[in-house]
Amino acid sequence: MLRIRNLDAGYGKLSVLRRVSLHVNPGEIVTIVGANGAGKTTLLKAITGLVRARAGEVSFKGQDIRCAPTSRTVAMGCSLVPEGRQVFAGMPVKENLLLGAYVQYRRGRRREVKEDLARIYMLFPVLAQRERQLAGTLSGGEQQMLAIGRALMARPSLIMLDEPSMGLAPLAVKGIFEIIQRISREGSTVLLVEQNARSALKIASRGYVLETGRVVLQGTSEELLANRDVQRAYLGRDVDAGV
Amino acid sequence: MSTAPSLYWQPEAECMDREELEQLQLERLEATLSRIYRNVPFYRGKFDEVGFNPDELRSVADLRRLPFTTRDDLRENYPYGLFAVPLRDVVRVHASSGTAGMSTVIGYTRNDVKTWSNLVARVLVAGGVTKDDVVQIAFDYGLFTGAFGFHYGAERLGASVIPISSGNTKRQIRIMQDYKTTALVSTPSYALHLANAMIEAGVHRNALSLKHGLFAGEPWSEATRSEIEDKLKIRATDNYGLSEVIGPGVSGECLEKSGLHVHEDHFLVELVDPGTLEPVAPGQAGELVITTLTKEAFPVVRFRTRDLVTLRGDACPCGRTSIRMSRVTGRTDDMLIIKGVSVFPAQVEAVLREVEGTEPHYQIVIDRKGALDHATVLVEMSESIFFDEMRKQMLLRDTIERRLGSDLGVSFEVKLVQKKALQVARRVIDNRKP
Repeated sequence: MLRIRNLDAGYGKLSVLRRVSLHVNPGEIVTIVGANGAGKTTLLKAITGLVRARAGEVSFKGQDIRCAPTSRTVAMGCSLVPEGRQVFAGMPVKENLLLGAYVQYRRGRRREVKEDLARIYMLFPVLAQRERQLAGTLSGGEQQMLAIGRALMARPSLIMLDEPSMGLAPLAVKGIFEIIQRISREGSTVLLVEQNARSALKIASRGYVLETGRVVLQGTSEELLANRDVQRAYLGRDVDAGV
Repeated sequence: MSTAPSLYWQPEAECMDREELEQLQLERLEATLSRIYRNVPFYRGKFDEVGFNPDELRSVADLRRLPFTTRDDLRENYPYGLFAVPLRDVVRVHASSGTAGMSTVIGYTRNDVKTWSNLVARVLVAGGVTKDDVVQIAFDYGLFTGAFGFHYGAERLGASVIPISSGNTKRQIRIMQDYKTTALVSTPSYALHLANAMIEAGVHRNALSLKHGLFAGEPWSEATRSEIEDKLKIRATDNYGLSEVIGPGVSGECLEKSGLHVHEDHFLVELVDPGTLEPVAPGQAGELVITTLTKEAFPVVRFRTRDLVTLRGDACPCGRTSIRMSRVTGRTDDMLIIKGVSVFPAQVEAVLREVEGTEPHYQIVIDRKGALDHATVLVEMSESIFFDEMRKQMLLRDTIERRLGSDLGVSFEVKLVQKKALQVARRVIDNRKP
């Protein structure tokens, strides 16, 4: 579905990603874990064309998208749920969702948009209840649901989520991870960027560990959870103190 | 109701599309090199020497810019110099043969042991073994990797493991009969020895439940395979591995018996001309060079195995997509394999030098008695000892035999001979035919 080879990317003179290679197969949940500043968000931005890749290959569904504008990546079925949710606070919930259907409208699929909206309301009943409420008045967890719902309105085959658990209460985090699993079960492929490594690895089939812009470890979630470096650095377990 | 035996242990990996495999290899190589560069000063030094920055790796082919790693490199970093993780993360230590300062110590993290188990399970399944089999492991349990590798692989598969270890042929045969062993894991020569001993003891092959034999550890021929298969009434497959890389589990034959499937998702293999160290032309024999892609505790980069093989990339009817290697057809150094144990003449020399206290004059003679290797070391003695002191002479002989046995892990017969009795221009006389 998504394949990246030797991707270099950065901002101005600052080089952030160094020859990152990774792939996501259809139907998988793949997670990228790493500390703040490791380059996780830059990676997602480079995939969606928000940051220009300097070198390397990015292909989506077999097509080169390295230099593609964001609009084309989205139209091809690759949606991003940005870090910090970034919902339009001054607009009602429903309009936020409809904005996500931009590519559908352009194709004149008004009826499908209606169906999609109903589907999103099924997935997130709370959004249906607050349809007319301004997005800015929602709780953090609800805003995250809205951001995910907005991305789903574009009917993506690959949905990328940037730190969906950030700043949420533990119960809301649990809810978000359950929703991600549900989206996956319903057929979407998921690329999940998370600092909350344990929760992310629990629902993902595979993962990559990013450190200072490089992939330093990769493997199945099971392998990464058992890796002592991962345990020490990301799972907050003092492995040397015994269990 | 039993289900049909599975053809593969990890089908998603063993039958992976080549293009997907190349992507996976690149991803794993990048992560491995980054980690090695960060954690192992020896490799960092070597990379810096040739001006290689792991960040510059663009494809698997770029690996060729890196220097080779040899057994000497591993020995010089004895015992833990090449570990890429702190010792507290290591759950197992194995070692290759050799006197203390000359062996190589290999560590495994918990993940390494798990990977290893799965790779050996692949070899077992490829050789026809299922969870319903009773696997008799007649490799020596100890620092060597053979026995434990198969032990873990067979357990992972869910088979019943008999950890009988090596030796005591009568007991092996009795247990094979009584416990209804269905799969034998050993060196090919020991399997043949068992078969001959059985015939001698009047045990008919039909009295056994044996079906599969997985053999490794030394070179063997198609003729030996047929003989073992016939005498034990089994299907015999070859497999390959070496401690420095992981132990058994690097590659193994499927029942097509037409080459050993290399587990390329965990090991990158290259073939080089041992003289020029350049890649050989496709189809040509060359020295096998291995880079590990997933090892955590003891990764190796471009390790020269000294084993000569050929590689083939055509499709195998079994459905596995991996490249296949031939059996090992020779060596590019003077390493000897005696009863499945690797021995260098220099190791014998080191023991003699230590015991005698002088520069030794010696010759190693290897014969095959029946199916088994028999190794003798002829040592020249100073005249005074040779003629005068019988008791001292015997003591010396016993000491050398004991030291060789304990240091090298394989028993030698020691014969003391008169000075200048040997033509030491030939250090090794190998009378075996593979």
